[in-house]
Amino acid sequence: MFESPAAAASPIVELRGIAKHFAGGVRALDPIDLDIARGEFLSLLGPSGCGKTTLLRIIAGLSRPSAGERRLDLGRGSERPAGQIGFVFQDPTLMPWSTVTGNVLLPFRLVGRIGQAERARAAAEIRAVGLAGFERAYPRQLSGGMRMRVSIARALVTDPDLLLLDEPFAALDEITRMALNDDLMRLWESRRPTVVFVTHSVFESVYLSTRIAVMTARPGRIAAELAVDLPHPRERALRTAPAYAAICAAASRHLAEAMAAENAR
Amino acid sequence: MRGRRPDRWWRIAAPLIVGAVVLALWEAVVRIEGIAVYILPGPIAIAKALWTDGPSLLGSLLVTLRITLAALAAAAILGGAIALLFSLSRLLEISLFPYAVILQVTPIVAIAPLIIIWVQQPFVALLVCAWIVAFFPIVSNTTIGLNSADRNLVALFRLYGASPAQTLRYLKLPTALPYFLAGLRISGGLALIGAVVAEFVAGTGGAETGLAFRILEAGYRLAIARMFAALFLLSATGVAIYLAIDLLSRLILRHWHESAVEEEEE
Repeated sequence: MFESPAAAASPIVELRGIAKHFAGGVRALDPIDLDIARGEFLSLLGPSGCGKTTLLRIIAGLSRPSAGERRLDLGRGSERPAGQIGFVFQDPTLMPWSTVTGNVLLPFRLVGRIGQAERARAAAEIRAVGLAGFERAYPRQLSGGMRMRVSIARALVTDPDLLLLDEPFAALDEITRMALNDDLMRLWESRRPTVVFVTHSVFESVYLSTRIAVMTARPGRIAAELAVDLPHPRERALRTAPAYAAICAAASRHLAEAMAAENAR
Repeated sequence: MRGRRPDRWWRIAAPLIVGAVVLALWEAVVRIEGIAVYILPGPIAIAKALWTDGPSLLGSLLVTLRITLAALAAAAILGGAIALLFSLSRLLEISLFPYAVILQVTPIVAIAPLIIIWVQQPFVALLVCAWIVAFFPIVSNTTIGLNSADRNLVALFRLYGASPAQTLRYLKLPTALPYFLAGLRISGGLALIGAVVAEFVAGTGGAETGLAFRILEAGYRLAIARMFAALFLLSATGVAIYLAIDLLSRLILRHWHESAVEEEEE
């Protein structure tokens, strides 16, 4: 890969005709074309069961599409995506037998070696998600929100080009969720990784994203796309701004239309 | 908060009181009914027998204990290794697991004579018998544990390109550890039972006599008090083994597993 302007402008993820059916004929995803630009924050917004998690897992390479092509351009000239993709699951998915530090160091442990530099990176990442002082705590000693922060720190520790999040805050209470939204926004604004964020919350998707893809179920497909032209840095005050409300209304309308169309069929 | 301290106190006191009452009743019945000491000795007579025969019984206990612990160690190592093989090869598991079950469900009393004939060395013969009884819970538990890794963690390991060895070491083995320890806890008691049963079948079997044979011998001689004393030592040994494994398991899992974590103050 040469670092030409054209390469820089090329999408980091290219999906062409990606489809997925499960045994028994369930069409989880109908052919989907999607380009994800470098540095954008894309939300996949839709009701549960619309295949957005399946799509995210296909992007990660954790699930094989039944048809279509997935191209990743992670920009470091490596075919092996290890460490260049960060993934955050719905559950924190931590190793209960490991401390916070041990969990955050896991990607380094699996990708290569753990040295002084890696330990420093992990410590910095733990501080960045606001968990300084909890380095030696075990997951069971932490609250749900703190566990999710550990999970985010682990996904970010290798400084991935592509960060995939699968409804990471769905199980958290509203207050914790908003706090984590803010923290995620701050992390994205300072480092600008490419993010694909799966959610079923309109408000969350508008607050965080630069672009929203509205998905519908049975079969899963992208019904509408919506650019979110809100200024950065985004902060709490944005949640009550008229511009934010207008985009939320538009996104809700797209979602409602898509679901109405789906029910009419 | 209130009521927790008394609860902990009662946990120790209540069974002790029950034991004391039963022993007192036992002694009373034996005395009032004038039951012969060669039919049912009272607790005091048993305590005396424990005191006078104690040293020689302890020597026998040591013999039995050696077999038990050796069998338990073999069960832990071989059981763990077999479970590991099963987890590495599904084919191996489905072809061999039924035979492990067969070995487990066939009463050891029935196989012991064969083993004692086949294996010349008495210590080894007894060891094999005790091992056959003890290994299954470890194999079966550890196999389940090795296959119970969190699916999302498995996916994460794949995402970072983990090798099978890494997945085993950093994910499957830690996941299986509590299962293994639960199996070990069951096997501890079973190893003792296996050793005793094998001794019953084998008889003296050599220069060293275990506790089981002393019980048989005491029965032949109507030395019922000594029989009870030996029985008491066996039970105490079983309890000690259980407590030791329980302690070990708590020490290993104390940071992370719910089974071993101290109750928290609300």
